[in-house]
Amino acid sequence: MSNQFNVNVFDYRKKIIISVFVLTALIFLIQLFHIQLLDHSYKASASSNITRHITKYPARGLIYDRNQNLLVYNDPYYDLMVTPGQVANIDTLEFCELLGIDKETFIRRITSAREFAVHLPSVFEKQLSNEEYAVLKEVLYKYPGFFVQPRTLRRYSKPVAAHIFGYVAEVDSETVRLDPYYRPRDYIGISGLEKSYETVLRGSKGLRIITVDALGRDMGSFKDGRYDVAAKPGTDLYLSLDAELQEYGEKLMQNKRGSIVAIEPSTGEILALVTSPSYDPNLLVGRKRSQNFRSLQRDTLRPLFNRALMAHYPPGSVFKVISGLIGLHEGVVSTNSKYSCPGFYRAGGITVQCRYHPSPVDIYGTIKHSCNTASSIIFRSTIEKPGFSNIQESFNNWRSHVSSFGLGKRFNSDLPYELPGIIATSDYYDNIYGTRGWRALTILSLGIGQGEIGTTPIQLANVAASIANNGYYYTPHIVKAVGSIDNPIEKHSEKNYTSIDSTHFAVMKKAMIQVAEEGTARFSRIPDIQVAGKTGTVQNPHGENHSAYIAYGPADDPQIAVCVIIENAGYGSTWAAPTASLIIEKYLTGEVKRTWHENRILNANFLKPFPEED
Amino acid sequence: MKQQIFKDFKNIDKTIVLLYLILVVVGWLSIYAADYKEVHRGIFDISTNYGKQLIWIFAAFFIGFAMLLIDVKLLQAFAYQIFAISMLVLVAVLFFGTEINASKSWFTFGQFSIQPSEFTKFTAALAIAKYINSNKNRALSFKIRLMPLVFLFIPFALVMLQNDTGTAMVFGALFFMLYREGYISGVLLSFAAAAAFLFILTLLMNEFVIIGILALIAVITAIILRNNKKEVMAVVGLFVLLSVYVYSVDYTFENVLQPHQKNRIEVLVDPNVDPLGAGYNLNQSKIAIGSGGLWGKGFLAGTQTKFDFVPEQSTDFIFCTIGEEWGWAGSAALIIIFVVFLIRIILVAEKQRSAFSRIVGYSTACLLFFHFAVNIGMTIGLVPVIGIPLPFISYGGSSLLAFTIMIFTFLKLDMKKLEML
Ligand SMILES: [Zn+2]
Repeated sequence: MSNQFNVNVFDYRKKIIISVFVLTALIFLIQLFHIQLLDHSYKASASSNITRHITKYPARGLIYDRNQNLLVYNDPYYDLMVTPGQVANIDTLEFCELLGIDKETFIRRITSAREFAVHLPSVFEKQLSNEEYAVLKEVLYKYPGFFVQPRTLRRYSKPVAAHIFGYVAEVDSETVRLDPYYRPRDYIGISGLEKSYETVLRGSKGLRIITVDALGRDMGSFKDGRYDVAAKPGTDLYLSLDAELQEYGEKLMQNKRGSIVAIEPSTGEILALVTSPSYDPNLLVGRKRSQNFRSLQRDTLRPLFNRALMAHYPPGSVFKVISGLIGLHEGVVSTNSKYSCPGFYRAGGITVQCRYHPSPVDIYGTIKHSCNTASSIIFRSTIEKPGFSNIQESFNNWRSHVSSFGLGKRFNSDLPYELPGIIATSDYYDNIYGTRGWRALTILSLGIGQGEIGTTPIQLANVAASIANNGYYYTPHIVKAVGSIDNPIEKHSEKNYTSIDSTHFAVMKKAMIQVAEEGTARFSRIPDIQVAGKTGTVQNPHGENHSAYIAYGPADDPQIAVCVIIENAGYGSTWAAPTASLIIEKYLTGEVKRTWHENRILNANFLKPFPEED
Repeated sequence: MKQQIFKDFKNIDKTIVLLYLILVVVGWLSIYAADYKEVHRGIFDISTNYGKQLIWIFAAFFIGFAMLLIDVKLLQAFAYQIFAISMLVLVAVLFFGTEINASKSWFTFGQFSIQPSEFTKFTAALAIAKYINSNKNRALSFKIRLMPLVFLFIPFALVMLQNDTGTAMVFGALFFMLYREGYISGVLLSFAAAAAFLFILTLLMNEFVIIGILALIAVITAIILRNNKKEVMAVVGLFVLLSVYVYSVDYTFENVLQPHQKNRIEVLVDPNVDPLGAGYNLNQSKIAIGSGGLWGKGFLAGTQTKFDFVPEQSTDFIFCTIGEEWGWAGSAALIIIFVVFLIRIILVAEKQRSAFSRIVGYSTACLLFFHFAVNIGMTIGLVPVIGIPLPFISYGGSSLLAFTIMIFTFLKLDMKKLEML
C-alpha cells in the first residue's frame, strides 16, 4: 500500500522534472524564433548585408598645470583600415600610386590583414597626414573594403616634464589577453601619469554598428543605432605642477646631470620635478615613437632615467640637519652645548676631516659652518646614549627617527617608478661585523650623511618641507584634482608627523637661516627674501663630488621647499645653492632679477668631463 | 573476464552514447567555426582552441571508456573519501591556483588549464547518492534531510571563495534531484521559484509598487475569506513576509551586490545600461544569433561570431556560433537533442533498482540541465550573464571531462543495474 503510494509520488515528481526540462526548451525555441525569424532587423546574410563594427576612440583626458595652463592635449589623425573580406574589383595600381607604395607592399599588407581576420578591419596604413587624408577621402568610395578610422595622438604644449607625463603606446598582447577592455591596437599609458591614471584618462570607447552591402558601402546605422555606444572622452587631470617653474628648472639644469624638486610645504603638492638630462615628450608620439625610444635608450646620458625619483645619493652634509634634530630630541645636545673643532675629529683610530672655521661651535655653528667634528660627536652621543641594552636597539631608535622623515621608503602617492633609497638596518651591520662587532665609531660617517645611506632628491625636498612645517609633511604628490579644478583629491591631506618633538625645529630653522644668510650659502642670498637652507657636498668615489642643497622660503612663511642636486659639480655652495635660490626667487616673485647668477648657472656644463662612449 | 566485459557492453544504453557523441562532435565543429581563420593551421595545432579541444576530446573518450571498465561499486564504497579529497583540492586551488578572468579556480599545466570545481559537482553528487542510499529505509528526520544540503554547501562556499559565482550556483541544480528523492518538498521548491520570480520583478519595478499590488491581492483574498479568522491571519502573515522579502531584495541589490554582479542583472532588464561591458556581450550575442535567420549562414560562413565581435565566442558564448551559422533550424535541433538526452537519462535513472545509481543519473541530468538552461538562456537574453559553459559544446577540458565521467559512470551503473542494490 505504502509502496504503491510511493511509486505514484515518484512518478509524479519525475513528470514534474521532465516538464521543467521541456518547458525551458520551449521557451528557448520561442525566444530564438523571435530574434531569428520575427525580428528582421537582426537578419543579415553573408551574401547581402553584413554589419561592420567601427570603434569610436575617445580623446584622452587633458592635463593642466596648477595655473590651468594646458600641458597635454590631443591631435586628430587618421588610420587607413582594410577589411580584406570586402576588398573587390579595385584598381590596385591606382590605389598604390595614391598612397605612394609599390605593389609588393600592397600585397604583403593585404595578406597579413587577411591572416589576422578576413571579416575584421586591420590597419593598412598608420597615421595618415592631413594632406594624405584630404586626398584619400575624396576617392575612397572607389575602393570597397577600405575606410578611414579617426584616432588621436598626444601633443605637448611645452617640451617639459616628459618623465611626469610618461607616454602612450599601443597595448601589448599580454594586456589584451588579461584585460577585456583592450583590443589589439588600442592605446594605453605605458609610464608616468599616463600609466598611473590610465583608467581616468582613457575614457571609454564607443561603438558604431553600420550595415554595409557586399561592396562595403555604408548603408546606415544598424537598427537605427540602437546598439551604438557613444565614446566617453577621458577625464582631465589638474596637476600641482607649475609649468613655468618646471620649464625654468629644466632650463637651469641644461648640460647638467641631476635633479630639482620643489614642494609646497603646506600641501605636499609638487611644484616642479626636474630630472636632467630629459627629453622632449613629443619624441615619444606617433610613427617615430619606437625609433626615438630606442635612441633614447641607447643614450649614455640616460635621459629616460628619472633621477628625481630614482637616483639615490648619500645626502652628505645636508643630512646634518637630521642628525642635529635627532640629537636635540634625544637630549644629547642643547643650545648650550659647545664643540671645539681643530679641523678634524679623531677617535678610536678613526679620523673625520673638517676644515677651517671659527671654533668652538654651538648647534647653530655646527650647521652654519657644516662642522664635521660637531656632527660626528652628536651622532656618536646619540648612538652611545645610556639606556639602550645594545647597539642594535640604539641604532634602531636612531634609524626610526630618520625614517620618520620619509627616508628609506617610497611615498607611494601618484608618482610613477619611485625608488625607496637606502638606510642600512642593524641586521646589515650584524651581517658584516657580527652582532657584537660594531659600535658608534664603526658607522660614524652616517652622522655626516655618508656611508650606507642613499636618498632621492624628492625625499630630500620633503625633508626641507618637514622642517618648514615644524615636524610634519604631507605625502608629496602631483595630481591636484581630477575632472575639474574644483574637485581636489583628498587622498594626501593627512599629516605625517616626524618622530622629532616640534619644539626642536625652531633651533634648526634658525641655524638654517644662518646658513643662507651668513653661512655656506650666503652667496646665494635673494634680496628681500629670507631663506633657510643647508648645503651638501656629496663625496663621489667615481668622480667629482655632487653638489647638493635643500632650502625653503620665505623663512617665516614657507611657500616652497626645494632640493637641488647637480652631479659632479663640486661644492653644494657653488652650484646647487645658487640654482635653488633662482628657483625660489622665480616661484615667489615671478621673475629673476639676479641675471648674473642665472647666466652663470645656465652656462655651466658638467657633462663635458664625461665624453660619450661609443 | 573479457567475455564478461563484452557481454556488459551489449547492455550499454546506446541512445545515451549516441546523443553524447553527437553533442561532442557538434561542439568541436562549433569551436572550429568560432576560432576559424582563413589561414588554416591544421586541426591538431594546439595553439588554436579547436586543436586543444581535440586533445581534450580524446582524453574524455579515454577516461569515459576507462569508467566503463572500473568496478563502480568502489565509487560507491569510497564516495565520502572521494568527496573529501575533492574538497581538499578546492582548498588547495585557493592557495596555489592560477587566476583566470578574476576567478582563482584553475591549475595550469603549460598550455592546458584544469578547473577542479567542475569535478566537485560529480563528487558532491556521489556523496549525496551514497548518503541517501544508506538512509533509504529510515524515516526522514530533519537531521537526515539536512545532510545533503551540507554536502552541497561545502563546495558551494569554497567555489564562492574562488570568486566563481557561476560555478557555485550550479550546485543548486541538485535541488531537483533532492526533490525527486523526497528530501525537499515540492512546496518549498515552488516557493523558491516564486521567490526567484518576485526577485526579478523587484528589479524590474519599484519595490513599493509591488508591495502595493501584493497588498491589494491580500485585501481581496482576506475579504473573500473574511468568515475564517485563521485564514485571514495566514494571508496577512504571508503578505508581511513577502513585503519584507521584496524590500530586502531591493536593499540587497542596491547595497550588497558587487557592481559587476549588479551589472549583469541590470543589463538583462535593459541591455543599454552597460553597452560596452556586460551589455555588450549580450547585444553582440543577440545580433550574432539573430543574424542567423531560419537556416543560418552555413558552416564557417558566420561573420558576427568570428574574432572579437562576440567575446568568449568559443567558451561561454559558443551558442552564438551555432545560432549564426545554423539558424533557427540548427539551434532548435540542438535544443531538442539536449532535452531528449536529458529525458533519456531521467528515464534510465528511474529504471535503476539501486537508489545510488538513480541519484547519480538524476544528478547528472539536473547538472546538465542547469548548465544548458543558464548558458543558452544567457546568450539569448533570458538569464543574467553568468559564465558557465554549455556542456560538451563549449571550449574547455574541465567541463567536458567532468560531464563525460558523470555520463559514463552512470552508463556503467546502468549496465550493472542487476548487481547494484
Ligand atoms: Zn669643524
